[in-house]
Amino acid sequence: MTAPVVAVQNLVKDFATAPGRVLRAVNGVTFEIAPGETLGLVGESGSGKSTTGRMLAGLIPATTGTVTLFGQTITGPHGPAHLAAVRHRMQFVFQDPNGSLNPRMRVRDAIAEPLDIKGHIARPDRTARIAELLDMVGLPQAAADRYPHEFSGGQRQRIGIARALALQPDFIVADEPVSALDVSMQAQIVNLLLDLQQNLGIAILFIAHDLAVVRSMSHNVAVMYAGALVEIAPRAALYAAPQHPYTRALLDAVPRPDPNRTRPRALAGEVPSMLNRPPGCPFAARCPLAMPQCHDTQPPLREIAPAHQAACHAI
Amino acid sequence: MAEETDDALAPRRRFQLIRRLARHRSFRIGFIIVAALTLAAIFAPLISKFDPFEMRARIRFRPPQAAYWFGTDNFGRDVFTRCLYGARLSLTIGLGTALLSGAIGAAAGIASAQFRRIDAVMMRLMDGLMAFPAIILAIGLAAAMGPQIGSLIIALSVAYIPRTARIVRASALVVRELEFVDAARVAGASSLRIIWRHLLPNCMGPLLVQLTFVFAYAILAEAALSFLGIGPPPPAPSWGNIIAEGRDQAVDSWWIMFFPGLAISLATLGMNLLGDGLRDVLDPRLKVET
Amino acid sequence: MTAEPLLSVDNLTVQFRTDTGWLTAIEDVGFSLGAGETLGIVGESGSGKSVTALSLLRLHATATTRIPTGTITFAGQNLLRLPSRALRRIRGGEIAMIFQDPMSSLNPVLTIADQIGETLALHQGLDRAAARRRAIELLDLVRIADAAHRVDAYPHQLSGGQRQRVMIAIAIACRPKLLIADEPTTALDVTIQAQILDLLRDLQAELGMSVILISHDLGVIAEFARRVLVMYAGRVVEAAPATTLFRRPMHPYTSGLMQAIPPLDADVHRLPTIQGSIPDPARRIPGCRFSPRCAEAQPTCRITAPSLVPVGPDHLARCPPRAGAAR
Repeated sequence: MTAPVVAVQNLVKDFATAPGRVLRAVNGVTFEIAPGETLGLVGESGSGKSTTGRMLAGLIPATTGTVTLFGQTITGPHGPAHLAAVRHRMQFVFQDPNGSLNPRMRVRDAIAEPLDIKGHIARPDRTARIAELLDMVGLPQAAADRYPHEFSGGQRQRIGIARALALQPDFIVADEPVSALDVSMQAQIVNLLLDLQQNLGIAILFIAHDLAVVRSMSHNVAVMYAGALVEIAPRAALYAAPQHPYTRALLDAVPRPDPNRTRPRALAGEVPSMLNRPPGCPFAARCPLAMPQCHDTQPPLREIAPAHQAACHAI
Repeated sequence: MAEETDDALAPRRRFQLIRRLARHRSFRIGFIIVAALTLAAIFAPLISKFDPFEMRARIRFRPPQAAYWFGTDNFGRDVFTRCLYGARLSLTIGLGTALLSGAIGAAAGIASAQFRRIDAVMMRLMDGLMAFPAIILAIGLAAAMGPQIGSLIIALSVAYIPRTARIVRASALVVRELEFVDAARVAGASSLRIIWRHLLPNCMGPLLVQLTFVFAYAILAEAALSFLGIGPPPPAPSWGNIIAEGRDQAVDSWWIMFFPGLAISLATLGMNLLGDGLRDVLDPRLKVET
Repeated sequence: MTAEPLLSVDNLTVQFRTDTGWLTAIEDVGFSLGAGETLGIVGESGSGKSVTALSLLRLHATATTRIPTGTITFAGQNLLRLPSRALRRIRGGEIAMIFQDPMSSLNPVLTIADQIGETLALHQGLDRAAARRRAIELLDLVRIADAAHRVDAYPHQLSGGQRQRVMIAIAIACRPKLLIADEPTTALDVTIQAQILDLLRDLQAELGMSVILISHDLGVIAEFARRVLVMYAGRVVEAAPATTLFRRPMHPYTSGLMQAIPPLDADVHRLPTIQGSIPDPARRIPGCRFSPRCAEAQPTCRITAPSLVPVGPDHLARCPPRAGAAR
């Protein structure tokens, strides 16, 4: 097997909310992404999926645990130096097509920013590369001279993707890249990402709350709940045979565009507060299968079928 | 590579900002006032045939009349001409203070927002400066540095830097959290690049608005300092020292003080209207009917 | 339909004043809703679905809005002609509304008891103690646990789902005949969304009210609504019972939209898409508003604006080519 593009070991992120009060946003997450593969990371708000993505990209430091990008450990004391060495091979696509582009920068300069930062690019090469990138994301060449406010949300997301592709990355973290878009725009961007991945062989960490979008994008899917990874499996297995009770509840709760379907009653309760985290399984309070031990010890992630892992005492 | 081609781009809307400003009523009025005063200052010799310094004992204390629109002062100088030339000095002080306090204030504000380690020290420094009323601070500094235009500009700038710094810092802190800054950081951008390409251009709106107010304050402050005798030294006219010179004849020859006073009010009003208009147009959150 | 409908909207056009003139936000919108029925209005941004909802209660700023044509008949009276005093009695009384963002709909400095009490005092003249008792009942009704305590909480002490429950409690406080829910679950997580939809369905059955549910999510609409209105760029493009619409969408926009949703129960490799972008509302599009993006557009589509015509039993669509083919 080839070396993974990114490997995450026991990643933890604590935020100090006030002196002496610590919010654990991510609690011991472990996974790997192989070259050219997409891992879908799903969860509801507060699940820690975005925080995980930001740690992977080096945007925020991890509290404990390791992130290894292209064989370089970017966490820990030598993290910053290692990150600098591999930074150009990794890019980020953001959620908000309004906030992710500088309103005072022309599209041309926005797309070329990673090139400019890396430095040493001749003027004609830069212009040619901008033209090529616009073409790749399906934008007309005339877009280069314009400002972000002149574009629709979907077009702006294309600009964001062009910027991410500028340095031919091997790995992209896409944090809710389509959730701010209307359905008809969303499908275009999903297809664009699928095409790019197929043609360029980029590995993607695709973070989203929409299970259907994740299914269309991902090879493997990981489900997070209250900072912990509760299930991770190849796409087909996860959607056809979800094992963790939370994954099942999540899939049940999604409304389908089918008036004849009767959705099972919603799961009661809400995500527990991250401040006073209960000792056991974070899902125990809402879980239909909860047993006494679920309230005491957090179940570890374990293999329940080939390549299929879940963290649950009851299965 | 992508199969879907997006629809054609929306038609270009060029000079949108300028058009929206032009439609804004108070901006328009403010702009006309400020432009008129500026032109009057620049073309003073063409507008008035008198010499602002020429003393004529025969025509002292003439009230406003056809030949001397604003009357004459105790040395027989034409007040209208002195007001025109005075605009040069007063507007220079206003502009100079706006630019200097803007440059230093913006630098301090951005640095505070970007380098969180110096933030506490920087802001306490600004709090300290702000604890003195601006005008008292300016009086002290101007008195210490002597009555020159340069020292006046420096004194007034020091007084207005803290407010400008705070405003720039506040907006830079908001911009810093936007995703395009993260995008630059992921790409490995240095702090300098983030400041120069991302923070500063996006803080220009609030900064410009603030500077129009600083401009107006500086003109007022110049008048106050002149009145106290630490403004630009006579005989060179500024609106402030024309008023100061007319002080002794305030009761009998009201026009000596009245017309430069009117000029100061007009300039301040114009700059404030300009600033309000800029704020409305640049800050979409405060969209108001005009 | 045998009885007089509870609400009927006819030929409604709403325009907003902008920097450059009057902008038509919705045009020729019409529908009717019987007592106890559920209507879903679905559309993407700029479709005019929320404008339609707000117009029903004339909630737009009067200075910048005009309604050149249309009638809104609710329980026999035209809401557009009603004096504002009478309209205020209907707002929050017979017609209630809930919004997408429950945080900004609640006043942060008042307790839940105060906020529910305000509506009760206004419409039912209850005193403080009675209003508080009723507030607790209402919180029970919207399934907020420990209602007697939670009634004294401030909005920031509640979760997003609980805040939306409070908004629903306020909305049903006066037993409205019609509840308008404008994207009520869009800001919520999917498991909480399911809870709120369950609650709305239960309350509708208990109270017998009519509901208009506005959403961009075809899944939510399919699950909740009996009849569906599809809007695009300010116009209704299709109207049908939900079962008909989802089985046999007639307008190319509706079918395009349905295909563009990634399926949850199947693996796909690429999604069918609608080309182009959602039009800027300021841009005037001649003929059919959807024609620039429509794969089936014919020359006439780009010239004459189509009208809503029957394409099947109880099924209207604004697409003459498809209507012709259906006959």
